[in-house]
Amino acid sequence: MVHQPTETTTPEGAQRLDEERAAAPEIVPAKDPNSMAESLKDAFMAALLAGVLGFFFLGLRTDIAPGGLVMTTRWGLFITAVLIVFAGRLALNIFVFKTHKPVTRTVAAAASDNTRSLERVAWWLKRILFAFALVLPFFFTYFFPQRDRQFIDLAILIMTYIMLGWGLNIVVGLAGLLDLGYVAFYAVGAYSFALLAEHFGLGFWMALPLAGILAAFWGMILGFPVLRLRGDYLAIVTLAFGEIIRVVLLNWYQFTGGPDGISGIPKPTLFGLEFKRGAGGFADFFGIAYDPIQRFIYLYYIIFILAIITNLVTMRMRKMPIGRAWEALREDEIACRSLGINTTNTKLTAFALGAMFGGFAGSFFATRQGFISPESFTFLESAIILAIVVLGGLGSQIGVVIASVAMIGGIELLRNLGFLQHVFGAGFDPTQYRMLIFGLAMVGIMVWKPRGLVSTRDPSAVLKEKKKIGADMVAQGEGH
Amino acid sequence: MEYFVQQLINGLTLGSIYGLIAIGYTMVYGIIGMINFAHGDIFMVGSFIALALIVAIGLTAASSTGFIILALLIVLIISMVFTAAWGWTVERLAYRPLRGSFRLAPLITAIGMSIVLQNFVQVTQGARVKPLQPIISGGVTLMEGVTENGPIVVQLSYMQMLIIALTTALMIGFTLLINKTSLGRAQRSCEQDQKMAALLGVNVDRTISLTFVMGAALAAVAGLMFLLLYGVIDFYIGFLAGVKAFTAAVLGGIGSLPGAMLGGLLIGLIEVFWSGYFTVEYKDVAAFSILAIVLIFLPSGLLGKPEVEKV
Repeated sequence: MVHQPTETTTPEGAQRLDEERAAAPEIVPAKDPNSMAESLKDAFMAALLAGVLGFFFLGLRTDIAPGGLVMTTRWGLFITAVLIVFAGRLALNIFVFKTHKPVTRTVAAAASDNTRSLERVAWWLKRILFAFALVLPFFFTYFFPQRDRQFIDLAILIMTYIMLGWGLNIVVGLAGLLDLGYVAFYAVGAYSFALLAEHFGLGFWMALPLAGILAAFWGMILGFPVLRLRGDYLAIVTLAFGEIIRVVLLNWYQFTGGPDGISGIPKPTLFGLEFKRGAGGFADFFGIAYDPIQRFIYLYYIIFILAIITNLVTMRMRKMPIGRAWEALREDEIACRSLGINTTNTKLTAFALGAMFGGFAGSFFATRQGFISPESFTFLESAIILAIVVLGGLGSQIGVVIASVAMIGGIELLRNLGFLQHVFGAGFDPTQYRMLIFGLAMVGIMVWKPRGLVSTRDPSAVLKEKKKIGADMVAQGEGH
Repeated sequence: MEYFVQQLINGLTLGSIYGLIAIGYTMVYGIIGMINFAHGDIFMVGSFIALALIVAIGLTAASSTGFIILALLIVLIISMVFTAAWGWTVERLAYRPLRGSFRLAPLITAIGMSIVLQNFVQVTQGARVKPLQPIISGGVTLMEGVTENGPIVVQLSYMQMLIIALTTALMIGFTLLINKTSLGRAQRSCEQDQKMAALLGVNVDRTISLTFVMGAALAAVAGLMFLLLYGVIDFYIGFLAGVKAFTAAVLGGIGSLPGAMLGGLLIGLIEVFWSGYFTVEYKDVAAFSILAIVLIFLPSGLLGKPEVEKV
């Protein structure tokens, strides 16, 4: 039986409390944080902040003029920017932040309903993308004969970044070691091939494995001292190494040509056949008409095969003890060590393997460009590759592909959109905004989806049945 | 000897600037354990704001001394306020939403923010360097001597005096702020244990925001000094200065304020002596190598506490 308080059992203190409550002033309901007024106030504050931040950058501009610096004002641009921030924030408040039914929740609910079908979509997407990549050069030469060279060139660029992304994914995504100096290995690969070609007359195919080995060697040299470091310290030291290599390349004039770089790097040949006009060339040998596009198609297939090799090796490695050890290392280094995993070897193989693929990509870059200089290997390049890996979802192979296509291809696409020039004026050059968009996407996607665009992971070891696991279940990239 | 003294003065001046930036890194690392990679770019933003103000006021070397002092004071305060707003915004947009996420997430957004800031300034202010005519010229001659290369004069310029004096004043003020005020107490408590601090009524989010604001304000001072000392800035100065200041913070022991200042002075001296006695080209290699060596062999720095690993 539950004891019920009655008139007689209620203690005196409680009665007094009731009286006090009755006498207390009526409680005013708290202001509704979802009201329109609150939304407006918040949007106003955001606009004010934008005004403060943008005043010296959007409103004013200093330029070099004879006799010192002059200042020009751009109040139109400044006011437009502030108004855009106000309107954007207000729209976000009304639809997402300050409402009982955020639009995002409805969308997320709709998306989570058909996770199964999304999986099927992903399954098909992989195969369709692969099939498309396989026939890509012929697709463009057949359907866009005028602009095929431009499109195939872009495809080569995207494929290079996919390969670099997959290479870095071994280090960052699987082994969980954040490497901010990945471009150093790219540079080692490129310079190895260029110097081997210059001094020993080696061709692309001879130099490619050597460049990979040299890059892997450098991966171990740079990996060895940082074995004890973890997390952000590791990231900063790898950044320092990357910069040291770049500065050395820039200043060791006798060996690397310094800022002038190395030019005249040989083009790749197909079993000794050069892609040139006239006798002895590829077209002549097969008895077809010479077309400069043949060389681009060949380059495309080289990088395509290199990228596929990278992917296959990574996927097979994940199933091998060393791959399992990488992932275990990412999850918990201390547990790894106590279970008898040799963390030194595990880390070094991850560094070496990642670096090797970076080196391959580097030699390909050198042969494609025919010219290299330290300018191509700045920290920014490392940041772009890292951004691709991160945005795609650390450790996700298909994510890297989506991110590369979206980021590299998307920006190139902007350049070709004519109507943007009508909106922003004739001098509008989207490539100027490339890195700005990159940075914003990096911050935005990280805040919105910290696990990247593709946030499910395939478990590498399963009991009975393979299940998708959410990426939040794995301690992605903890670095220890 | 004279050459040595001159280099010593130059090194201390440069070191003061690094030290001021390093404080921002060390405070943020101390309180939330992340490398604020965008801090170097906050410094760059600060120096651009100072440049715009100086051009807007019309300050030149021809102005009277009183006007120069007053104008520089105004420029200093306004650029501190506006740069602090940038620091606050960066924290609010890129770091606060990721508090409690996996450890590398804020580092990645920090790199993203650094790219955003650099390119925002590049797009809005142009990619070309901005030269500023020297405003404070002249100095005091300390020593005169003769070397095999001819006469040498050791000079302490007014600019260098200003930088060293301002840094010292800021350091004293800042130490008092951390040690004596309730804000400083809140910061130190958050540094020790955020959860406990929150339970005891410290507004953790606000304290962290204020840490970023203070770091950015100090970076703005460094930005103004850099602008006045070198007279040339561009959108990319934040990267190198940031890495060197971070090196300074690590060298001094990350999380320690006097350590940051000490590390800054050491890095400044090393850089200047390296360029003075060895090669100018490899001075950045020197800074980067020190970073790597310190992190590998002395991760807790000169004045820092060693980190204890808990399982």
